[in-house]
Amino acid sequence: MKKFVKIICMLTVLALALCCFAGCGAKKENTAIKIGGTGPLTGGAAIYGTAVYNAAKIAVEEINALGGIQFEVKYEDDTHDPEKAVNAYNSLKDWGMQVSLGSVTSKPAEATSTEANADNIFYLTPSGSSTNILGGVVNPLTGEVDIERKDNVFQMCFMDPNQGEASATYISEQKLGTKIAVIYKNDDVYSTGIYNSFKAKADALGLSIVSTTTFTEDTKTDFSVQVAAAKEAGADLVFLPMYYESAALILKEAKDTGYAPKFFGVDGMDGILTLDGFDTSLAEGVMLLTPFNADSEDEATKAFVAKYQEQFGDIPNQFAADTYDCVYAIYKALENGDALKNEDGTYNYNISASDLCDMLVEAFTAEGFTYSGLTGENMTWTVEGAVSKSPKGMVIQNGAYVGMD
Amino acid sequence: MKKMFSNKKTLTNYITYAGVILLFVILQSMSAAGGLSSALKGQLVPVCAYVVMALSLNLTVGVLGELSLGHAGFMSVGAFAGAVAAAALKDVIPAGGLRLLVAMIVGALFAAIAGVIVGVPVLRLRGDYLAIVTLAFGEIIKSIVTNLYVGMDANGLHASFLNPTLHMEGGKIIINGPMGVSGIAKISSFLAGFLLIMVTLVIIFNLVNSRSGRAIMALRDNRIAAESVGINVTKYKLMAFVISAALAGAAGTLFAMGQNTVSASKFDFNTSILVLVFVVLGGLGRMWGSIIAAAALTVLPELLREFSEYRMLIYAIVLILVMLATNNPTFKNFFSKIFKRKGVKNHE
Repeated sequence: MKKFVKIICMLTVLALALCCFAGCGAKKENTAIKIGGTGPLTGGAAIYGTAVYNAAKIAVEEINALGGIQFEVKYEDDTHDPEKAVNAYNSLKDWGMQVSLGSVTSKPAEATSTEANADNIFYLTPSGSSTNILGGVVNPLTGEVDIERKDNVFQMCFMDPNQGEASATYISEQKLGTKIAVIYKNDDVYSTGIYNSFKAKADALGLSIVSTTTFTEDTKTDFSVQVAAAKEAGADLVFLPMYYESAALILKEAKDTGYAPKFFGVDGMDGILTLDGFDTSLAEGVMLLTPFNADSEDEATKAFVAKYQEQFGDIPNQFAADTYDCVYAIYKALENGDALKNEDGTYNYNISASDLCDMLVEAFTAEGFTYSGLTGENMTWTVEGAVSKSPKGMVIQNGAYVGMD
Repeated sequence: MKKMFSNKKTLTNYITYAGVILLFVILQSMSAAGGLSSALKGQLVPVCAYVVMALSLNLTVGVLGELSLGHAGFMSVGAFAGAVAAAALKDVIPAGGLRLLVAMIVGALFAAIAGVIVGVPVLRLRGDYLAIVTLAFGEIIKSIVTNLYVGMDANGLHASFLNPTLHMEGGKIIINGPMGVSGIAKISSFLAGFLLIMVTLVIIFNLVNSRSGRAIMALRDNRIAAESVGINVTKYKLMAFVISAALAGAAGTLFAMGQNTVSASKFDFNTSILVLVFVVLGGLGRMWGSIIAAAALTVLPELLREFSEYRMLIYAIVLILVMLATNNPTFKNFFSKIFKRKGVKNHE
């Protein structure tokens, strides 16, 4: 009988714990529009999640300081795991999230966007670039749509295929290289997505890809094999669709082995100049496509970079800039708050997430709605959810980006 | 009544069944009444999957007595095989529940095949060596699935390794290499998870109480003695290992069918270790312990969200404290004294 009591006790404790977890949800009057987002705040990809969270905080602070409509932002940790991201999303829902900034990384964003679509919560991801997040995009390999369009999901960054195609077109038009080597991360959605569209476009344009090598999360510390393969194949341009930490190691390896081709990166390359302990001379001449340039002379960018540096001590990357734009785009879509204004001058903060979603979807896809921010001028969104900004070609000269056209 | 429960073990088994049913009824009625938070509701299916994972690993580690560090590999096989089956049968079996059942059986079958392939060479080893080799097999399975492309068109299933071109006429890609399976139609439910736990318990309890189960435990306790009385070592070891793999495969299908998207990187070494932690924390060979440990430790990180950055640190501290509380003799005595005193009082 003792055992019986013991087991029942344990089960009761468990059930009680679950009840506690469930109980706390008393409705309170909102004093601000609640914006939620998930991102990797801990773990290997934490730099992206933290950058996004920081930028969101800055944007919300600025908007609140204007004295009009008030926003409140909360980020939950998803450790770059789709399962945890859904948990994080659900706990934000319990908090009362009305607008979602989605997830920072692609795979978790794919999961949370599906949830947001089912719940009809407006979803604008700053940096989730995979086509599966938006849905409704034709798979180039089969010519069919794999996932149906999630009609309340929008992106602030470019979609992966756009970058791959833009890169191939750019290389072909500018005649940057005749023999191309590609190194990509084959367990990463972002890297593989860009590679696939790059390959398809390069084949169509008649570019010759002489070497294709891959790496994974477990092998991202040593690139001697991949660089040697590119060198052996005589490639004069190496395409690097990946984030900057890995790219930095590849540049180092190439330098050490006396291999000096042209390097071409995508928006993940942005941030390489501010990487701790990186010799910026290695990046000299590297070309990349990016929507954001932290050294820009643009007033808004300067102000944002200064504020970010003052508060968090780092130079913001494109993830941060995209997030800042997300918050402001939502602000603008709400007509600077006027869309939610009651007759007595107060704001309708208790609007349901679903009503707000319908309102925002309509505003974003409305004819004539444009938004100009840090990462582009006159951006518009179509009902397909993708943003209409085109990647800009930059080349690194004397440790700074210079536009190349 | 007394005769039925004369065996202490049988009593524990019945209590475990009763406990699981009780928890299910409580949670299901709370869920129906809207008393559950979204955070918890979203976790019901994964928790069931982890519980089955812990139970199945407990069969290998607790009952067979061999340390396996690659259990997530079987979960992965089950998840992807099940996902392919569910996607392929979408038009044939429109009913979600039935399709899930078929998918689970396919998942379990494939995981069992993987279990045989892994088990035959691996079970020749003992102790630490076996643990390391299972670890390696887990990583091999992960690598294979990372590079696997499966699609379906009007002509049937197409598969390709390393190369994403599937030579299909239209159709849909089901497993897209490193991107895994996307756009899963969620057909797992808490009820399905509960039923899978019950089936798992029935299988494990009946196996353990059978002739084969006693042979397996004899191998664990003293291999030489068991061999000397004519127990076939390979047969019984493989039996436990393969059943364990098949159950993990079914859990994998349940898990995958409850997610929007799964990729191979989810089922890595960390997941294997996590499941092993459930088993060790719940007690080797103690099935009800595995259930409670798996459920509690899966929900715990979500409960700790308010601690934000310190969340995982607190999780680790709680883990250490619970391990100490359940396995340290001093703590144990302390708790058993409390229980005894209470018991005495109740009788008065």
